[in-house]
Amino acid sequence: MKFVEEYRDAELGRVLAGEIVATVEPGREYKLMEVCGGHTHTIYKYGVDDLLPANVELVHGPGCPVCVIPMGRVDDAIAVAHVPGVIFTCFGDMMRVPGGSGTLLDAKAQGADIRMVYSPLDALRIARENPEREVVFFAVGFETTAPSTALTLKRAKAEGTRNFTCFCNHVTIVPPLRALLESPDLRLDGFIGPGHVSTVVGARPFEFIPADYGKPIVIAGFEPLDLLQAVYMILRQLREGRCEVENQYARVVPQEGNPAALGVLEEVFELRPHFEWRGLGFISHSGLKLSEAYSELDAELRFEVPGVRVADPKACQCGEVLKGVIRPWECKVFGTACTPERPIGTCMVSSEGACAAYYNYGRFAREREVV
Amino acid sequence: MSELHTRESEALALIERVRARPARFKDEQITMAHGAGGKATQTLVTGLFVPAFGGDALRELGDAGVVEGLALTTDSFVVKPIRFPGGSIGELAVNGTVNDLAMAGARPLALTLSFVLEEGLSADDLRAEVEAIAAAAEAAGVEIVAGDTKVVERGRCDSMYVTTTGLGKIDPRASLSTGSLRPGDKILVSGPIGEHGTAVMLARGEFELEAPVESDTRSLWPAVDAMLEAVGPSLRCLRDATRGGVASALNELAQASSVAMVVREAAVPLRAPVAGACEILGIDPMYVANEGVLVAFVAPEAADDALAALASAPGCEAAAEIGEVKTDPPGMVLVETAFGGRRVMDMLVGDPLPRIC
Repeated sequence: MKFVEEYRDAELGRVLAGEIVATVEPGREYKLMEVCGGHTHTIYKYGVDDLLPANVELVHGPGCPVCVIPMGRVDDAIAVAHVPGVIFTCFGDMMRVPGGSGTLLDAKAQGADIRMVYSPLDALRIARENPEREVVFFAVGFETTAPSTALTLKRAKAEGTRNFTCFCNHVTIVPPLRALLESPDLRLDGFIGPGHVSTVVGARPFEFIPADYGKPIVIAGFEPLDLLQAVYMILRQLREGRCEVENQYARVVPQEGNPAALGVLEEVFELRPHFEWRGLGFISHSGLKLSEAYSELDAELRFEVPGVRVADPKACQCGEVLKGVIRPWECKVFGTACTPERPIGTCMVSSEGACAAYYNYGRFAREREVV
Repeated sequence: MSELHTRESEALALIERVRARPARFKDEQITMAHGAGGKATQTLVTGLFVPAFGGDALRELGDAGVVEGLALTTDSFVVKPIRFPGGSIGELAVNGTVNDLAMAGARPLALTLSFVLEEGLSADDLRAEVEAIAAAAEAAGVEIVAGDTKVVERGRCDSMYVTTTGLGKIDPRASLSTGSLRPGDKILVSGPIGEHGTAVMLARGEFELEAPVESDTRSLWPAVDAMLEAVGPSLRCLRDATRGGVASALNELAQASSVAMVVREAAVPLRAPVAGACEILGIDPMYVANEGVLVAFVAPEAADDALAALASAPGCEAAAEIGEVKTDPPGMVLVETAFGGRRVMDMLVGDPLPRIC
């Protein structure tokens, strides 16, 4: 595969791994957080960890859009899906996320008309093809996916499609990062910044991380060489006593982001005063809802949504995992009571979730050397 | 925060103990995951069916059951759409059944067919499938000896479902068993993986993707015949990598034999269009269904001969040795990634669900 395999070259990987070993200060322990679930997935899928010295640890952050959806919102989604006449559409990996009373897959087996889509535009097409039905799109994701939802809503409004609404759960990346950095039990040396989010928001929104908190951040792509290079760049900043935002993913991420995408987000969405994050609690100005001009397409206004907050299960330590305070295997229920077949917490659901990635891909003893 | 695990090795050992417990079927209802060939299917089979019916032949959990030198198998075909590039439901029904027999080391002899037809199905569509079945049966050298037909109201089935029974005679050269794998055995795969599942996914037209991918549906008896002729009893076990793909086939056998396996990702034959389609959809081709690919386990000293014999069979020219059976960790399949790392390749939980971004 051209333009993909080049970034998976094992020989270049070994060269970079050698550079990393040469950059590490002997005996020092490094904890670097990859913010984005896509990075977590790549690290496990390609075994990137195996190429790092044992004293460089990658900690998995809160950037899995599926993992951060609280149980109450899943219950709301299921309630809407059960409304007679509704076709409920969502992305594949939301289907297995447990709410307080089952998953969307369970609701589908009970007769709710729930359909997996690849794009919000598919949901809009379903609405056009079924004018007598109400079609609801379950929108989740960071700034990466929010513009496609926004464009779909713009199109629905322009077309006057009346049977289409959006159950909006879009979130923004900066507030949870700030919350994380404020957390007293945090011990991180640097961040691997989210590549796809940055294609939209650019590099500038992350400047507070070095400026206010003194941690380096390198925005990275999603191929294994991207991640190795990002690790190398962070280690070099630390070695040289620098602390700044660097962009490893320059082939895709412009410094200023994507002004057109930011414009449409501004037009279609507005910030909620606060939004609940799975395991992290309520974070101010971290969630998006449809703006006044688009309120007629807001599923939360068209349907009766229970809106009941469901506390995370007691045994579940997704919050600590999302903050990188504990590793997945440290959680008492990890892999025993909580498995990908019967997840208790959302980190075990999506293949981007730290726990699922570790369980599915990383569940064996590794031998790595300390430098 | 409640109590934490403090040692990774202890946490991992505990997980494996939990995984090794006999599966119990505790689900409240059947979901699509129970039919996807992964963990949920396995729980249904080993947690409900085997305890209820289980005799020795069933407990072996082979692709076919063996009774007094005869191999017997059954299969249902509910594919949508019924015709797809490279094949159709009828051809699939014959080859799928013949292959289940071949995996038991049995020469296919005869099939029965049972049709469930949807009211309103066009006679031309049915005729086309009947012809496809006749041609596939002739190519595979099996006779269709009995059948049954039911028609259900429109909407009660999707065009047509086909159920088969296959009968075969265990070949005297074969001594295959799911529990017979030994550390050191080599793992062979008969051809490029993921072709059938990718062809069907694309033919459904849900993804607006086009790629030159065709189903690999074919009888695998000639491949089995060639390997038995070349290495006879050194062939330890065969598995048809259908639903759940090569990954599920390997996991089932790693568990059945309590051995580990290491697969070299770079050695697995995979054609560029399938790799590309799977990349875009975020699906691992190791989990994608095949209808003409087998996985063979061979004693190390016979591996080269078995591979040469396999590669001489029609459609198996790209056969390759992809890995090896090991001792630790038992029941687990590990992959050496092309990038130079390692990871677990587990059973799939349900249908492969595409990722958000």
